[in-house]
Amino acid sequence: MSEATVGKISPPSKSVYTPFNVIAGIIIVIGLVITVLRFTKGLSAVTNLDDNYPWGIWIGFDLMAGVALAAGGYVTSAAVYIFGMKRYHSAVRPAILTGFLGYALVVFALHYDVGRPWRLPYPFLMQQGTTSLLFEVAACVALYLTVLFIEFTPAPMEWLGLKRARNIVVKLTMLLTIFGVILSTLHQSSLGALFLIAPAKLHPLWYSGYLPVFFFISSIIAGLSMVIFESSLSHRYFAHKMDETHIAEKEGVALGFAKAASLVLAGYFSIKVIGISADNNWHYLGTGFGLWFLVELLGFVALPCMLYAIGVRDKNLTLIKWTSALTVFGIVLNRLNISLIAFNWYLPAEEKYFPHWMEIGISVFIVTVGLVVFKFIVTRMPILYEHPDHKGGH
Amino acid sequence: MDIFTLQDFYTYTKGITYILMVLILVGMTGFWLFLTERDEDDYE
Repeated sequence: MSEATVGKISPPSKSVYTPFNVIAGIIIVIGLVITVLRFTKGLSAVTNLDDNYPWGIWIGFDLMAGVALAAGGYVTSAAVYIFGMKRYHSAVRPAILTGFLGYALVVFALHYDVGRPWRLPYPFLMQQGTTSLLFEVAACVALYLTVLFIEFTPAPMEWLGLKRARNIVVKLTMLLTIFGVILSTLHQSSLGALFLIAPAKLHPLWYSGYLPVFFFISSIIAGLSMVIFESSLSHRYFAHKMDETHIAEKEGVALGFAKAASLVLAGYFSIKVIGISADNNWHYLGTGFGLWFLVELLGFVALPCMLYAIGVRDKNLTLIKWTSALTVFGIVLNRLNISLIAFNWYLPAEEKYFPHWMEIGISVFIVTVGLVVFKFIVTRMPILYEHPDHKGGH
Repeated sequence: MDIFTLQDFYTYTKGITYILMVLILVGMTGFWLFLTERDEDDYE
């Protein structure tokens, strides 16, 4: 990073004992203790999973929500490299990094959830269930994680001075972007399609033949909102690492992505209503679950849709920032509703699943690991600025 | 409407869905105008 671009905002304190480090350190120590318990005493020691709920928050939150929120990578790179929206170029590297870390943490979290994690490669080596949706999800996530890793490598290569290798990878950008979009389309939708096998277990308002479409469209919303959300946090905490281009493009990225998110939210709202109509589920709206469904649909789809639109019209970046947080929360809520809350909806309250505190502990631990790694990379590698040797070269 | 057969079901749900689609098409057009009303003409 050139000297001229740094120092406008004073860098954070050099002390190791910052509030972030101390809190993250405590969470990681607790997470490691639970990790030891999980892998020595088994799933039953640290989870409330049972035969009714073999999937808990490690799937509902870490995997379902994690994959959706990591969609910023394919959404941003498709906008810039396929649709030619070069004015959003500064958003690509942070989005790819967020996506890569998101998927890496999904796979990391999966090791806790599956009974025998050392068998994770089995789908590719020794099974015949290639018609299984889980196989398709596994294949796409494994391939897309690889694609995201390759898309991310120019940053560490520039950091390490590996110019030739970096130039080779940069030439693959379009190919990797196309792979990324195809793989994301497949597995984002397949995560929704997983629930098509359980029409009797998932509440009719959430169950729909259009679940794969709902999951894919909402992943675009999640990706767009995460880019805005992550960008606003980066501008708050890593502004000293940004160059003029990044700072200058900030407003345009937020406004452009908010406009796209608003429009996609409007479309998503429409197809959700069509989903109710197609299955003739109107009468469920007056029930308790119906009201909860309306909270999700109106509070976390229609409301952010209007707030984004107002934010774009008024160029109100603060409103857009808070709306992105609301939308991200809404996507997480949707995935939790489908995988846990509206799942086995007919069970009496005492048989419903509520996560063990250690399950929540592992989820918090994994998010914290992600934040620590994100901070490590952003403070060292050219993510929020262009490397002086490669200005405009990617 | 009473629904006794699959034919009844599709007649009813498709009918409602088609009406909704008309409303959505009109609504989306209005929403697009609301969203882009204050845009600067960057491309002209």
